[in-house]
Amino acid sequence: MRDNSYEAVMARKGEIMKTAVGMDYAKFESGSIAFDYEGMLASTGLNIEEVRRIQSGFSIGNTPLIELKNITALARKLAPAGKGARIFIKDEAANPSGSFKARRAATSIYTAKKMGYKGAIAATSGNYGAAVASVCAMSGLRCIVMQECYDSHKLGQPEIIEKARKCEAFGAEVVQLTVGPELFYMFLRALEDTGYFNASLYNAYGVVGVETLGYEIAEQFRAKFGRDPDAVVATNAGGGNLTGTARGLIKAGCKATVIGASVNLAGLHMASDTQFNRKSFTTGHTGFGMPFSTWPDRSDVPRSAARPLRYMERYVTLSQGEVFYTTEMLASLEGLERGPAGNVSLAAAFSIAQEMDADQCIVVQETEYTGAGKHINPQLDFARKNGIDIRFGDPAEEVPGKSIILPAHPNLIKARDADLGHLRGSLIRNALANFKVAPTDADVAFLAEETRTDEAFVRAAIEANQ
Amino acid sequence: MAKKGDWVLLHTVVLTPEQRAPQVPEDTRRVPLEMWTKGYLTQDAEIGDEVEITTRTKRSLRGTLVEVDPQHRHGYGDFVPEILKIGDDVRDILFGGER
Repeated sequence: MRDNSYEAVMARKGEIMKTAVGMDYAKFESGSIAFDYEGMLASTGLNIEEVRRIQSGFSIGNTPLIELKNITALARKLAPAGKGARIFIKDEAANPSGSFKARRAATSIYTAKKMGYKGAIAATSGNYGAAVASVCAMSGLRCIVMQECYDSHKLGQPEIIEKARKCEAFGAEVVQLTVGPELFYMFLRALEDTGYFNASLYNAYGVVGVETLGYEIAEQFRAKFGRDPDAVVATNAGGGNLTGTARGLIKAGCKATVIGASVNLAGLHMASDTQFNRKSFTTGHTGFGMPFSTWPDRSDVPRSAARPLRYMERYVTLSQGEVFYTTEMLASLEGLERGPAGNVSLAAAFSIAQEMDADQCIVVQETEYTGAGKHINPQLDFARKNGIDIRFGDPAEEVPGKSIILPAHPNLIKARDADLGHLRGSLIRNALANFKVAPTDADVAFLAEETRTDEAFVRAAIEANQ
Repeated sequence: MAKKGDWVLLHTVVLTPEQRAPQVPEDTRRVPLEMWTKGYLTQDAEIGDEVEITTRTKRSLRGTLVEVDPQHRHGYGDFVPEILKIGDDVRDILFGGER
Protein backbone atom coordinates (compact mmCIF):
# COMPACT_ATOMS: atom_id res chain seq x y z
CA MET A 1 0.00 0.00 0.00
CA ARG A 2 1.43 3.36 -1.06
CA ASP A 3 1.67 6.20 1.45
CA ASN A 4 -0.74 8.77 -0.02
CA SER A 5 -0.23 11.54 2.56
CA TYR A 6 0.45 15.00 1.15
CA GLU A 7 4.10 14.89 2.19
CA ALA A 8 4.74 11.38 0.81
CA VAL A 9 3.14 12.09 -2.58
CA MET A 10 4.96 15.41 -2.96
CA ALA A 11 8.22 13.63 -2.13
CA ARG A 12 7.54 11.24 -5.06
CA LYS A 13 6.83 14.18 -7.41
CA GLY A 14 10.07 13.78 -9.40
CA GLU A 15 9.55 10.12 -10.31
CA ILE A 16 5.80 10.49 -10.94
CA MET A 17 6.50 13.38 -13.31
CA LYS A 18 9.27 11.57 -15.13
CA THR A 19 6.89 8.74 -16.03
CA ALA A 20 4.07 11.10 -17.00
CA VAL A 21 5.64 13.96 -18.98
CA GLY A 22 7.10 11.97 -21.86
CA MET A 23 10.17 14.19 -22.02
CA ASP A 24 13.57 14.14 -20.33
CA TYR A 25 13.85 17.71 -19.12
CA ALA A 26 17.29 17.13 -17.59
CA LYS A 27 19.00 17.22 -20.95
CA PHE A 28 18.03 20.88 -21.46
CA GLU A 29 19.43 22.05 -18.12
CA SER A 30 22.71 23.98 -17.80
CA GLY A 31 23.01 23.29 -14.08
CA SER A 32 22.38 26.96 -13.40
CA ILE A 33 19.56 29.45 -14.19
CA ALA A 34 19.77 29.02 -17.96
CA PHE A 35 18.22 26.13 -19.86
CA ASP A 36 17.90 25.37 -23.56
CA TYR A 37 14.40 26.70 -24.23
CA GLU A 38 14.55 26.46 -28.02
CA GLY A 39 16.09 22.99 -27.73
CA MET A 40 13.21 21.87 -25.53
CA LEU A 41 10.62 23.09 -28.05
CA ALA A 42 12.56 21.66 -31.00
CA SER A 43 12.75 18.25 -29.27
CA THR A 44 9.00 17.86 -29.85
CA GLY A 45 9.88 17.30 -33.52
CA LEU A 46 6.81 19.37 -34.39
CA ASN A 47 7.22 22.14 -36.94
CA ILE A 48 4.35 24.30 -38.24
CA GLU A 49 3.56 21.92 -41.12
CA GLU A 50 3.47 18.87 -38.86
CA VAL A 51 1.30 20.67 -36.27
CA ARG A 52 -1.11 21.70 -39.02
CA ARG A 53 -1.31 18.13 -40.27
CA ILE A 54 -2.08 16.86 -36.75
CA GLN A 55 -4.63 19.59 -36.00
CA SER A 56 -6.39 19.27 -39.32
CA GLY A 57 -6.74 15.53 -38.58
CA PHE A 58 -8.87 16.58 -35.59
CA SER A 59 -10.68 19.35 -37.55
CA ILE A 60 -8.92 21.92 -35.39
CA GLY A 61 -7.65 25.29 -36.67
CA ASN A 62 -8.34 27.30 -39.82
CA THR A 63 -10.87 29.31 -37.85
CA PRO A 64 -12.47 32.39 -39.44
CA LEU A 65 -10.90 35.85 -39.13
CA ILE A 66 -13.84 38.23 -38.75
CA GLU A 67 -13.76 42.00 -39.19
CA LEU A 68 -15.75 43.72 -36.42
CA LYS A 69 -17.06 46.59 -38.52
CA ASN A 70 -19.59 47.97 -36.06
CA ILE A 71 -17.29 47.79 -33.06
CA THR A 72 -14.64 49.54 -35.18
CA ALA A 73 -17.21 52.21 -36.11
CA LEU A 74 -18.06 52.72 -32.43
CA ALA A 75 -14.37 52.98 -31.51
CA ARG A 76 -13.88 55.60 -34.27
CA LYS A 77 -16.84 57.57 -32.96
CA LEU A 78 -15.06 57.82 -29.60
CA ALA A 79 -11.50 58.32 -30.95
CA PRO A 80 -9.80 61.56 -32.04
CA ALA A 81 -10.11 62.38 -35.77
CA GLY A 82 -8.04 60.03 -37.94
CA LYS A 83 -7.75 57.44 -35.17
CA GLY A 84 -9.50 54.11 -34.73
CA ALA A 85 -7.80 51.04 -36.19
CA ARG A 86 -9.85 48.30 -37.86
CA ILE A 87 -10.58 45.54 -35.34
CA PHE A 88 -10.54 41.85 -36.31
CA ILE A 89 -11.25 38.75 -34.26
CA LYS A 90 -10.05 35.18 -34.76
CA ASP A 91 -13.09 33.04 -34.03
CA GLU A 92 -11.43 30.26 -32.09
CA ALA A 93 -14.81 29.24 -30.66
CA ALA A 94 -15.23 27.46 -34.01
CA ASN A 95 -12.80 24.73 -32.86
CA PRO A 96 -14.42 21.39 -31.88
CA SER A 97 -14.20 22.01 -28.12
CA GLY A 98 -15.04 25.71 -28.42
CA SER A 99 -11.73 27.48 -27.80
CA PHE A 100 -8.12 27.86 -28.99
CA LYS A 101 -7.15 25.33 -26.34
CA ALA A 102 -8.08 22.63 -28.87
CA ARG A 103 -4.82 23.44 -30.67
CA ARG A 104 -2.85 22.85 -27.51
CA ALA A 105 -4.63 19.60 -26.70
CA ALA A 106 -4.20 18.28 -30.26
CA THR A 107 -0.39 18.19 -30.22
CA SER A 108 -0.22 17.04 -26.62
CA ILE A 109 -2.67 14.15 -26.96
CA TYR A 110 -1.37 13.14 -30.40
CA THR A 111 2.08 12.79 -28.81
CA ALA A 112 0.69 10.92 -25.79
CA LYS A 113 -0.98 8.38 -28.05
CA LYS A 114 2.15 7.98 -30.16
CA MET A 115 4.16 7.30 -27.01
CA GLY A 116 1.72 4.58 -26.02
CA TYR A 117 -0.11 6.24 -23.12
CA LYS A 118 -3.64 4.88 -22.59
CA GLY A 119 -5.03 8.14 -21.25
CA ALA A 120 -4.27 11.70 -20.25
CA ILE A 121 -4.88 13.88 -17.21
CA ALA A 122 -5.16 17.65 -17.12
CA ALA A 123 -5.48 19.83 -14.03
CA THR A 124 -7.58 22.78 -15.18
CA SER A 125 -10.84 24.57 -14.44
CA GLY A 126 -10.72 26.21 -17.85
CA ASN A 127 -11.43 25.48 -21.51
CA TYR A 128 -8.34 23.30 -21.68
CA GLY A 129 -10.17 20.48 -19.88
CA ALA A 130 -12.84 20.27 -22.58
CA ALA A 131 -10.12 20.51 -25.24
CA VAL A 132 -8.18 17.56 -23.81
CA ALA A 133 -11.40 15.58 -23.32
CA SER A 134 -12.47 16.28 -26.91
CA VAL A 135 -9.16 15.25 -28.49
CA CYS A 136 -8.96 12.18 -26.21
CA ALA A 137 -12.45 11.25 -27.41
CA MET A 138 -11.28 11.49 -31.03
CA SER A 139 -8.11 9.53 -30.23
CA GLY A 140 -9.71 6.73 -28.24
CA LEU A 141 -7.76 7.65 -25.09
CA ARG A 142 -9.21 7.84 -21.60
CA CYS A 143 -9.24 11.20 -19.89
CA ILE A 144 -9.38 12.67 -16.40
CA VAL A 145 -9.91 16.39 -15.82
CA MET A 146 -9.25 17.76 -12.34
CA GLN A 147 -10.89 21.03 -11.40
CA GLU A 148 -10.58 23.44 -8.52
CA CYS A 149 -14.29 24.04 -8.46
CA TYR A 150 -15.97 24.74 -5.12
CA ASP A 151 -15.52 26.73 -1.94
CA SER A 152 -16.07 25.01 1.43
CA HIS A 153 -19.85 25.58 1.12
CA LYS A 154 -19.84 23.66 -2.18
CA LEU A 155 -20.61 26.85 -4.00
CA GLY A 156 -19.05 26.76 -7.47
CA GLN A 157 -18.61 29.31 -10.24
CA PRO A 158 -21.23 28.54 -12.92
CA GLU A 159 -18.49 28.86 -15.54
CA ILE A 160 -16.43 26.03 -14.01
CA ILE A 161 -19.46 23.80 -13.53
CA GLU A 162 -20.34 24.22 -17.20
CA LYS A 163 -16.83 23.19 -18.18
CA ALA A 164 -17.20 20.04 -16.07
CA ARG A 165 -20.39 19.22 -17.96
CA LYS A 166 -18.62 19.67 -21.29
CA CYS A 167 -15.74 17.41 -20.24
CA GLU A 168 -18.25 14.73 -19.23
CA ALA A 169 -20.01 15.14 -22.57
CA PHE A 170 -16.73 14.14 -24.23
CA GLY A 171 -16.43 11.06 -22.02
CA ALA A 172 -13.96 12.37 -19.45
CA GLU A 173 -13.92 11.57 -15.76
CA VAL A 174 -14.15 14.85 -13.88
CA VAL A 175 -12.71 15.26 -10.39
CA GLN A 176 -13.99 18.36 -8.61
CA LEU A 177 -12.08 19.72 -5.63
CA THR A 178 -12.47 22.54 -3.16
CA VAL A 179 -10.06 25.50 -3.30
CA GLY A 180 -6.40 24.95 -2.64
CA PRO A 181 -2.99 24.25 -4.13
CA GLU A 182 -3.42 20.55 -3.24
CA LEU A 183 -5.04 20.17 -6.64
CA PHE A 184 -1.48 19.41 -7.70
CA TYR A 185 -1.20 16.69 -5.05
CA MET A 186 -4.40 15.04 -6.30
CA PHE A 187 -3.10 15.40 -9.86
CA LEU A 188 0.08 13.52 -8.92
CA ARG A 189 -1.98 10.81 -7.19
CA ALA A 190 -4.13 10.34 -10.28
CA LEU A 191 -1.05 10.18 -12.54
CA GLU A 192 0.47 7.54 -10.25
CA ASP A 193 -2.82 5.60 -10.07
CA THR A 194 -3.36 5.42 -13.81
CA GLY A 195 0.03 5.77 -15.54
CA TYR A 196 -1.61 8.32 -17.84
CA PHE A 197 0.11 11.19 -19.66
CA ASN A 198 0.48 14.55 -17.90
CA ALA A 199 -1.29 16.76 -20.45
CA SER A 200 0.09 19.86 -18.77
CA LEU A 201 -0.91 23.21 -20.18
CA TYR A 202 2.74 24.12 -19.96
CA ASN A 203 4.41 21.26 -21.78
CA ALA A 204 6.31 21.93 -25.00
CA TYR A 205 3.87 19.93 -27.17
CA GLY A 206 0.94 22.09 -26.12
CA VAL A 207 2.62 25.44 -26.60
CA VAL A 208 3.99 24.44 -30.02
CA GLY A 209 0.36 23.63 -30.89
CA VAL A 210 -0.61 27.29 -30.42
CA GLU A 211 1.97 28.46 -32.97
CA THR A 212 -0.46 27.72 -35.82
CA LEU A 213 -2.79 30.36 -34.38
CA GLY A 214 -0.27 33.15 -34.94
CA TYR A 215 0.81 31.67 -38.24
CA GLU A 216 -2.79 31.54 -39.53
CA ILE A 217 -3.43 35.16 -38.53
CA ALA A 218 -0.47 36.31 -40.65
CA GLU A 219 -1.50 34.10 -43.59
CA GLN A 220 -5.18 35.04 -43.52
CA PHE A 221 -4.34 38.72 -43.25
CA ARG A 222 -1.94 38.60 -46.16
CA ALA A 223 -4.41 36.68 -48.31
CA LYS A 224 -7.22 39.17 -47.58
CA PHE A 225 -5.36 42.48 -47.49
CA GLY A 226 -1.90 41.81 -48.89
CA ARG A 227 -0.31 43.06 -45.67
CA ASP A 228 0.39 42.19 -42.04
CA PRO A 229 -1.72 43.36 -39.09
CA ASP A 230 -0.11 46.10 -36.98
CA ALA A 231 -0.94 44.63 -33.58
CA VAL A 232 -2.17 41.34 -32.14
CA VAL A 233 -3.74 41.19 -28.68
CA ALA A 234 -3.65 37.93 -26.70
CA THR A 235 -5.39 37.27 -23.39
CA ASN A 236 -2.68 36.32 -20.90
CA ALA A 237 -3.03 33.95 -17.96
CA GLY A 238 -0.56 31.03 -17.82
CA GLY A 239 1.27 32.51 -20.81
CA GLY A 240 0.93 29.72 -23.38
CA ASN A 241 -1.62 31.54 -25.52
CA LEU A 242 0.58 34.60 -25.92
CA THR A 243 3.82 32.60 -26.25
CA GLY A 244 2.49 30.24 -28.92
CA THR A 245 0.74 32.97 -30.90
CA ALA A 246 3.80 35.23 -30.86
CA ARG A 247 6.07 32.38 -31.95
CA GLY A 248 3.70 31.59 -34.82
CA LEU A 249 3.70 35.23 -35.94
CA ILE A 250 7.51 35.25 -35.85
CA LYS A 251 7.67 31.99 -37.84
CA ALA A 252 5.44 33.63 -40.47
CA GLY A 253 7.80 36.63 -40.55
CA CYS A 254 5.03 38.91 -39.23
CA LYS A 255 6.18 41.93 -37.25
CA ALA A 256 2.89 42.84 -35.59
CA THR A 257 3.24 44.24 -32.07
CA VAL A 258 2.28 41.57 -29.53
CA ILE A 259 0.14 42.88 -26.68
CA GLY A 260 -0.91 40.86 -23.62
CA ALA A 261 -4.19 41.59 -21.81
CA SER A 262 -5.51 40.33 -18.45
CA VAL A 263 -8.49 41.07 -16.25
CA ASN A 264 -7.37 42.93 -13.17
CA LEU A 265 -8.01 40.86 -10.02
CA ALA A 266 -5.39 42.64 -7.89
CA GLY A 267 -5.82 41.97 -4.18
CA LEU A 268 -7.63 38.63 -4.46
CA HIS A 269 -5.73 35.57 -3.19
CA MET A 270 -6.17 32.69 -5.65
CA ALA A 271 -5.94 29.94 -3.00
CA SER A 272 -8.32 31.58 -0.54
CA ASP A 273 -11.53 29.72 0.33
CA THR A 274 -13.42 32.90 1.18
CA GLN A 275 -12.20 34.88 -1.87
CA PHE A 276 -12.64 32.08 -4.44
CA ASN A 277 -16.17 33.12 -5.40
CA ARG A 278 -15.55 36.86 -5.08
CA LYS A 279 -14.10 36.92 -8.59
CA SER A 280 -16.09 36.62 -11.80
CA PHE A 281 -13.28 35.45 -14.07
CA THR A 282 -11.72 32.05 -13.58
CA THR A 283 -9.00 32.60 -16.18
CA GLY A 284 -7.46 35.35 -18.30
CA HIS A 285 -6.79 37.31 -15.13
CA THR A 286 -3.81 38.87 -13.37
CA GLY A 287 -3.98 36.23 -10.59
CA PHE A 288 -2.37 33.89 -13.13
CA GLY A 289 -0.99 36.45 -15.58
CA MET A 290 1.36 38.25 -13.20
CA PRO A 291 2.89 35.28 -11.30
CA PHE A 292 3.24 33.09 -14.41
CA SER A 293 4.82 35.92 -16.43
CA THR A 294 7.37 36.71 -13.75
CA TRP A 295 8.09 33.06 -12.84
CA PRO A 296 6.95 30.60 -15.54
CA ASP A 297 8.50 27.57 -13.82
CA ARG A 298 5.91 27.55 -11.03
CA SER A 299 3.83 25.24 -13.26
CA ASP A 300 3.20 21.46 -13.25
CA VAL A 301 6.17 20.56 -15.48
CA PRO A 302 9.88 21.00 -14.65
CA ARG A 303 10.28 23.75 -17.26
CA SER A 304 7.35 25.65 -18.71
CA ALA A 305 7.18 26.17 -22.45
CA ALA A 306 4.98 29.23 -21.82
CA ARG A 307 7.31 32.20 -21.29
CA PRO A 308 5.30 35.31 -22.19
CA LEU A 309 7.81 38.00 -21.18
CA ARG A 310 10.02 36.78 -24.05
CA TYR A 311 7.40 38.00 -26.51
CA MET A 312 5.18 40.61 -24.89
CA GLU A 313 5.79 44.17 -26.09
CA ARG A 314 3.02 45.68 -24.03
CA TYR A 315 0.84 44.35 -21.22
CA VAL A 316 -2.52 45.91 -20.34
CA THR A 317 -5.18 45.18 -17.76
CA LEU A 318 -8.96 45.61 -17.94
CA SER A 319 -11.60 45.55 -15.25
CA GLN A 320 -14.20 42.77 -15.04
CA GLY A 321 -16.92 45.33 -15.80
CA GLU A 322 -15.18 46.41 -19.00
CA VAL A 323 -14.91 42.84 -20.27
CA PHE A 324 -18.55 42.01 -19.45
CA TYR A 325 -19.62 45.21 -21.22
CA THR A 326 -17.54 44.34 -24.29
CA THR A 327 -19.02 40.83 -24.37
CA GLU A 328 -22.52 42.28 -24.61
CA MET A 329 -21.26 44.77 -27.21
CA LEU A 330 -20.01 41.87 -29.37
CA ALA A 331 -23.46 40.27 -29.25
CA SER A 332 -25.43 43.49 -29.77
CA LEU A 333 -23.30 45.09 -32.49
CA GLU A 334 -21.79 42.12 -34.30
CA GLY A 335 -24.34 39.36 -33.74
CA LEU A 336 -21.66 37.16 -32.17
CA GLU A 337 -22.40 35.65 -28.79
CA ARG A 338 -19.15 34.43 -27.25
CA GLY A 339 -17.86 33.63 -23.75
CA PRO A 340 -16.63 36.49 -21.55
CA ALA A 341 -13.15 35.18 -20.69
CA GLY A 342 -12.14 35.14 -24.35
CA ASN A 343 -13.16 38.78 -24.70
CA VAL A 344 -10.50 40.24 -22.40
CA SER A 345 -8.35 40.95 -25.44
CA LEU A 346 -11.33 42.39 -27.31
CA ALA A 347 -11.92 44.94 -24.55
CA ALA A 348 -8.20 45.79 -24.77
CA ALA A 349 -8.34 46.10 -28.55
CA PHE A 350 -11.40 48.38 -28.41
CA SER A 351 -9.39 50.79 -26.28
CA ILE A 352 -6.02 50.44 -28.04
CA ALA A 353 -7.61 50.82 -31.52
CA GLN A 354 -8.57 54.36 -30.46
CA GLU A 355 -4.86 55.20 -30.00
CA MET A 356 -3.97 53.78 -33.43
CA ASP A 357 -4.39 55.37 -36.86
CA ALA A 358 -7.57 54.58 -38.81
CA ASP A 359 -5.56 52.84 -41.56
CA GLN A 360 -4.01 50.41 -39.08
CA CYS A 361 -5.33 46.96 -38.11
CA ILE A 362 -5.50 45.20 -34.74
CA VAL A 363 -6.33 41.52 -34.28
CA VAL A 364 -7.96 39.92 -31.25
CA GLN A 365 -6.62 36.38 -31.47
CA GLU A 366 -9.38 34.35 -29.80
CA THR A 367 -13.00 33.86 -28.90
CA GLU A 368 -14.43 31.05 -26.75
CA TYR A 369 -17.80 29.30 -26.69
CA THR A 370 -20.64 30.46 -24.49
CA GLY A 371 -23.62 28.68 -22.97
CA ALA A 372 -25.36 27.92 -19.68
CA GLY A 373 -23.14 29.00 -16.79
CA LYS A 374 -20.47 30.35 -19.08
CA HIS A 375 -22.18 33.57 -20.09
CA ILE A 376 -22.38 37.13 -18.75
CA ASN A 377 -25.91 36.66 -17.38
CA PRO A 378 -25.25 33.72 -15.01
CA GLN A 379 -21.81 35.10 -14.13
CA LEU A 380 -23.14 38.53 -13.18
CA ASP A 381 -26.12 36.96 -11.39
CA PHE A 382 -23.75 34.71 -9.42
CA ALA A 383 -21.58 37.71 -8.49
CA ARG A 384 -24.60 39.73 -7.37
CA LYS A 385 -25.86 36.85 -5.21
CA ASN A 386 -22.40 36.67 -3.64
CA GLY A 387 -22.68 40.27 -2.52
CA ILE A 388 -20.68 41.92 -5.30
CA ASP A 389 -21.87 45.48 -5.98
CA ILE A 390 -22.76 45.62 -9.70
CA ARG A 391 -23.53 49.03 -11.15
CA PHE A 392 -22.79 51.48 -13.94
CA GLY A 393 -20.01 54.01 -13.38
CA ASP A 394 -16.31 54.48 -14.04
CA PRO A 395 -14.65 51.04 -14.29
CA ALA A 396 -11.41 52.59 -13.00
CA GLU A 397 -13.12 52.58 -9.58
CA GLU A 398 -13.84 48.83 -9.60
CA VAL A 399 -12.44 46.97 -6.58
CA PRO A 400 -11.92 43.25 -7.41
CA GLY A 401 -13.89 41.12 -4.96
CA LYS A 402 -16.14 44.02 -3.94
CA SER A 403 -17.54 45.60 -7.08
CA ILE A 404 -18.06 45.15 -10.79
CA ILE A 405 -18.41 48.54 -12.41
CA LEU A 406 -19.88 48.44 -15.89
CA PRO A 407 -18.80 51.47 -17.94
CA ALA A 408 -21.52 54.16 -17.91
CA HIS A 409 -20.41 54.91 -21.49
CA PRO A 410 -18.13 52.95 -23.85
CA ASN A 411 -15.67 55.88 -23.80
CA LEU A 412 -14.77 54.76 -20.26
CA ILE A 413 -13.26 51.46 -21.49
CA LYS A 414 -9.52 52.02 -21.06
CA ALA A 415 -6.72 49.48 -21.30
CA ARG A 416 -4.32 50.30 -18.46
CA ASP A 417 -0.62 49.63 -19.02
CA ALA A 418 1.16 47.33 -16.60
CA ASP A 419 4.79 48.28 -15.93
CA LEU A 420 6.71 45.78 -18.08
CA GLY A 421 10.07 47.01 -16.76
CA HIS A 422 8.94 46.13 -13.26
CA LEU A 423 7.72 42.67 -14.34
CA ARG A 424 11.01 41.99 -16.13
CA GLY A 425 12.88 42.94 -12.96
CA SER A 426 10.63 40.57 -10.98
CA LEU A 427 11.45 37.68 -13.29
CA ILE A 428 15.16 38.25 -12.76
CA ARG A 429 14.71 38.50 -8.97
CA ASN A 430 12.64 35.30 -8.97
CA ALA A 431 15.31 33.47 -10.98
CA LEU A 432 18.00 34.55 -8.50
CA ALA A 433 15.85 33.62 -5.50
CA ASN A 434 14.96 30.18 -6.89
CA PHE A 435 18.43 29.12 -7.99
CA LYS A 436 20.55 30.87 -5.34
CA VAL A 437 23.64 30.82 -7.60
CA ALA A 438 26.02 33.50 -8.84
CA PRO A 439 24.71 34.04 -12.39
CA THR A 440 27.06 32.90 -15.15
CA ASP A 441 27.50 34.77 -18.45
CA ALA A 442 25.17 32.20 -20.01
CA ASP A 443 22.58 32.99 -17.31
CA VAL A 444 22.81 36.70 -18.10
CA ALA A 445 22.30 36.05 -21.82
CA PHE A 446 19.40 33.70 -20.98
CA LEU A 447 17.72 36.23 -18.69
CA ALA A 448 18.03 38.90 -21.40
CA GLU A 449 16.07 36.57 -23.71
CA GLU A 450 13.62 35.72 -20.95
CA THR A 451 12.84 39.40 -20.42
CA ARG A 452 13.16 40.66 -24.00
CA THR A 453 15.90 43.06 -22.82
CA ASP A 454 19.68 43.16 -23.10
CA GLU A 455 22.60 42.08 -20.93
CA ALA A 456 23.03 45.59 -19.52
CA PHE A 457 19.44 45.53 -18.21
CA VAL A 458 19.96 42.10 -16.66
CA ARG A 459 23.28 43.03 -15.04
CA ALA A 460 21.75 46.20 -13.60
CA ALA A 461 18.82 44.20 -12.20
CA ILE A 462 21.18 41.62 -10.66
CA GLU A 463 23.22 44.41 -9.08
CA ALA A 464 20.11 46.10 -7.69
CA ASN A 465 19.11 42.79 -6.12
CA GLN A 466 22.36 42.40 -4.16
CA MET B 1 -32.21 3.05 -2.24
CA ALA B 2 -29.45 3.05 -4.85
CA LYS B 3 -28.73 -0.09 -6.84
CA LYS B 4 -25.43 -1.63 -7.84
CA GLY B 5 -24.51 -0.20 -11.25
CA ASP B 6 -26.32 3.13 -10.68
CA TRP B 7 -24.51 6.27 -11.87
CA VAL B 8 -23.80 8.28 -8.70
CA LEU B 9 -22.04 11.28 -7.17
CA LEU B 10 -19.52 10.57 -4.43
CA HIS B 11 -18.13 12.95 -1.80
CA THR B 12 -14.77 12.38 -0.13
CA VAL B 13 -12.77 14.37 2.40
CA VAL B 14 -9.27 14.07 0.94
CA LEU B 15 -7.31 16.03 3.52
CA THR B 16 -8.44 17.16 6.96
CA PRO B 17 -7.49 20.74 7.95
CA GLU B 18 -4.44 19.35 9.82
CA GLN B 19 -3.26 17.43 6.75
CA ARG B 20 -3.39 20.38 4.33
CA ALA B 21 -0.39 21.80 2.47
CA PRO B 22 1.77 24.16 4.49
CA GLN B 23 1.39 27.04 2.01
CA VAL B 24 -2.42 27.34 2.08
CA PRO B 25 -3.77 30.68 3.32
CA GLU B 26 -5.29 30.96 6.81
CA ASP B 27 -8.97 30.72 5.78
CA THR B 28 -8.40 27.70 3.53
CA ARG B 29 -6.46 25.92 6.28
CA ARG B 30 -9.54 25.99 8.51
CA VAL B 31 -11.49 23.72 6.12
CA PRO B 32 -10.81 20.25 4.68
CA LEU B 33 -9.90 19.51 1.06
CA GLU B 34 -13.02 17.89 -0.40
CA MET B 35 -13.60 16.00 -3.63
CA TRP B 36 -16.64 15.07 -5.72
CA THR B 37 -16.44 12.35 -8.36
CA LYS B 38 -18.93 10.31 -10.36
CA GLY B 39 -19.03 6.64 -11.19
CA TYR B 40 -20.95 3.36 -11.13
CA LEU B 41 -21.93 2.08 -7.69
CA THR B 42 -20.36 -1.31 -6.88
CA GLN B 43 -23.06 -2.44 -4.40
CA ASP B 44 -26.60 -1.51 -3.32
CA ALA B 45 -26.56 1.38 -0.81
CA GLU B 46 -28.49 4.28 0.74
CA ILE B 47 -27.71 7.99 0.38
CA GLY B 48 -25.14 8.86 3.07
CA ASP B 49 -23.54 5.38 3.10
CA GLU B 50 -19.82 4.84 2.68
CA VAL B 51 -19.56 3.23 -0.75
CA GLU B 52 -17.23 2.33 -3.59
CA ILE B 53 -17.61 3.44 -7.20
CA THR B 54 -15.93 2.57 -10.48
CA THR B 55 -15.20 5.72 -12.46
CA ARG B 56 -15.21 6.10 -16.25
CA THR B 57 -11.44 5.44 -16.28
CA LYS B 58 -12.12 2.24 -14.26
CA ARG B 59 -10.66 3.63 -11.05
CA SER B 60 -12.07 2.46 -7.71
CA LEU B 61 -12.84 5.36 -5.37
CA ARG B 62 -14.43 5.38 -1.91
CA GLY B 63 -16.54 8.04 -0.25
CA THR B 64 -20.04 9.03 0.82
CA LEU B 65 -22.95 8.48 -1.56
CA VAL B 66 -24.49 11.91 -2.26
CA GLU B 67 -26.78 11.59 -5.27
CA VAL B 68 -28.09 9.03 -7.73
CA ASP B 69 -28.35 10.10 -11.38
CA PRO B 70 -26.53 13.38 -10.57
CA GLN B 71 -27.84 16.36 -12.48
CA HIS B 72 -26.28 19.55 -13.83
CA ARG B 73 -28.22 22.47 -12.39
CA HIS B 74 -26.39 25.46 -13.82
CA GLY B 75 -28.27 27.71 -16.20
CA TYR B 76 -28.48 31.36 -17.18
CA GLY B 77 -29.32 32.75 -13.74
CA ASP B 78 -31.84 35.44 -12.83
CA PHE B 79 -32.44 38.39 -15.14
CA VAL B 80 -29.65 40.99 -15.05
CA PRO B 81 -31.20 44.28 -16.25
CA GLU B 82 -27.81 45.94 -16.81
CA ILE B 83 -27.13 43.62 -19.76
CA LEU B 84 -30.25 44.82 -21.57
CA LYS B 85 -29.20 48.44 -21.03
CA ILE B 86 -25.69 47.85 -22.41
CA GLY B 87 -27.15 46.37 -25.58
CA ASP B 88 -29.57 49.28 -26.07
CA ASP B 89 -26.94 51.91 -25.20
CA VAL B 90 -24.32 50.75 -27.69
CA ARG B 91 -26.89 50.47 -30.48
CA ASP B 92 -28.23 53.96 -29.74
CA ILE B 93 -24.73 55.49 -29.63
CA LEU B 94 -23.71 53.89 -32.91
CA PHE B 95 -26.92 53.91 -34.95
CA GLY B 96 -28.92 56.71 -33.30
CA GLY B 97 -31.94 56.37 -31.02
CA GLU B 98 -34.71 56.79 -33.64
CA ARG B 99 -37.37 54.16 -34.37
